Amino acid sequence: MAIIEAWYRLVGILPFSWTHYNFMHNALLAVLLVTPLFALLGTMVVNNRMVFFTDVLGHSALTGIALGVLLGFHDPTLPMIILAVVLAVGMNLLKNITKASMDTVLGVLFAFIVALGIVILSRQGGFVKYTSYLIGDILAVSPQQIAWLFVIAVVVLVYWYMLGNAMILTSVNSSLARSRRINTFFIETGFTILLAIAVIVSIRLVGILIINSLLVLPAASSRNFARNMHSYTLGAVMISILSGITGLIVSYYWGTASGATIVLFASGCYGISALLGRRLTK
Amino acid sequence: MLNTCKHCCTKVVDLKVKLSGNAILDNVSLHVNCGEVVGVVGPNGAGKTTLLRTILGEIPYQGRIMFKVSGDTSKKPKIGYVPQKLQFDLGSPISVTDLVASAISSSPIWAGVNKALSEKVKGVLSLFAAEKLIKRRIGELSGGELQRVLLAIAMTPEPQLLLLDEPASGVDAKGLYLFYQIVDDLRKKHDIAVILVTHDLAGVSSYVDRLILLNRSVIAEGDPKEVLSDEKLLKAFGPSLWNISCLPGFKPSESEENGDH
Repeated sequence: MAIIEAWYRLVGILPFSWTHYNFMHNALLAVLLVTPLFALLGTMVVNNRMVFFTDVLGHSALTGIALGVLLGFHDPTLPMIILAVVLAVGMNLLKNITKASMDTVLGVLFAFIVALGIVILSRQGGFVKYTSYLIGDILAVSPQQIAWLFVIAVVVLVYWYMLGNAMILTSVNSSLARSRRINTFFIETGFTILLAIAVIVSIRLVGILIINSLLVLPAASSRNFARNMHSYTLGAVMISILSGITGLIVSYYWGTASGATIVLFASGCYGISALLGRRLTK
Repeated sequence: MLNTCKHCCTKVVDLKVKLSGNAILDNVSLHVNCGEVVGVVGPNGAGKTTLLRTILGEIPYQGRIMFKVSGDTSKKPKIGYVPQKLQFDLGSPISVTDLVASAISSSPIWAGVNKALSEKVKGVLSLFAAEKLIKRRIGELSGGELQRVLLAIAMTPEPQLLLLDEPASGVDAKGLYLFYQIVDDLRKKHDIAVILVTHDLAGVSSYVDRLILLNRSVIAEGDPKEVLSDEKLLKAFGPSLWNISCLPGFKPSESEENGDH
């Protein structure tokens, strides 16, 4: 907590009206953790063409909440995480054994999981209670949630340091990776579990509807001009942090939902990078 | 034969591979010694790639696959593998340095490639006429260039058994000639065993010691020229006969003279 206090003092020095509020300090800290974390995860999501995969994970939160309600959980985070992890591991297994197009399989799963969640939550017209999950609220983030985000960010960073190269090789060709004695199934499963946990823990902040954009947009923008994995990763992290801070502050002055405002800025970055990217690097 | 090998030999006996109930490979036996290049040819769906992936240990099988490494039958050899076609999108941000470094080093390349590693990568690529490619993204390489980069990876560290899957696909004649030359050179210098799966009957025959015609099981095996003049081969390959009609020792069959291409 001493760290949080020190953070409040540090941000309080800044000469803006938004720095008077503790919720803005917390939100800024959360943004500084979530955006680089999502950028890093996103680089591999885009490389592995898992954009639809992570969209299913994000939307599974609805069903996770529903399960929590059915089972009488006060805080649905645990059932949400368990469901997302089970789904992530299941989808990964399915990818390895099925011959059907994953595109279609994920589409079916997406429809089923969303419908199931809505049906359970909308019993007796009660869905309105849960709409806050759809758009999220980063301003309501608690110091405890920030601590969780910090732990996840550290775990992801360690995973990236130890297995980053193996993940890259696996994304290029899994047979090639296996010929170099890389356990590709372990690598992919570990990655999808981390993804599931990171997405669910952040879902209250960013919201179910747009969380996938926060994963995909920074990496997709960086890809437009990156010439190697280093510049790709660095670019994604910078774009993500930049859109995060800008979006958060602008949303304060506009009085809009912070998550969506951040995504709007990230989309702007994608547009600019798509127009200029290749021309600048040729 | 298993005893004459200096470094490594591979013996496949009565191999059977089933995928979702269908026998992809049945009753396949083959033997590859060190310093030997064995070509495996056959029509599409003959099980050529499955054979390589089974030897790699990726696919469950019945039968036996035995290795002998420096006189020891309990060890598995180091296997170098060049995959058939890489499915990546052309916009992939992975550079040639990234690809090679991620395969030969555990130092995380997303955090930056240090000078020592980048020199090492350059050294590896220079043996395969590919050192000029280090800064290119893998999506910017021609088929032949990518093959050489993949071969450089497969040869680092030096394997005892090298598996090459369709090096001819998507590679122009000049690139292919260079590739075969490099493989020939490797075999002579390093005494490694090579299994080369290919469609390119005409090109490969002068570089392989033995040719195996595979169509679910071994149809013919032996000296390339003998195998290529075999009637069974002609039947197996059917309409693509024109590919081999220019080969030395090839005598056109009746059906071909009738224009039955």
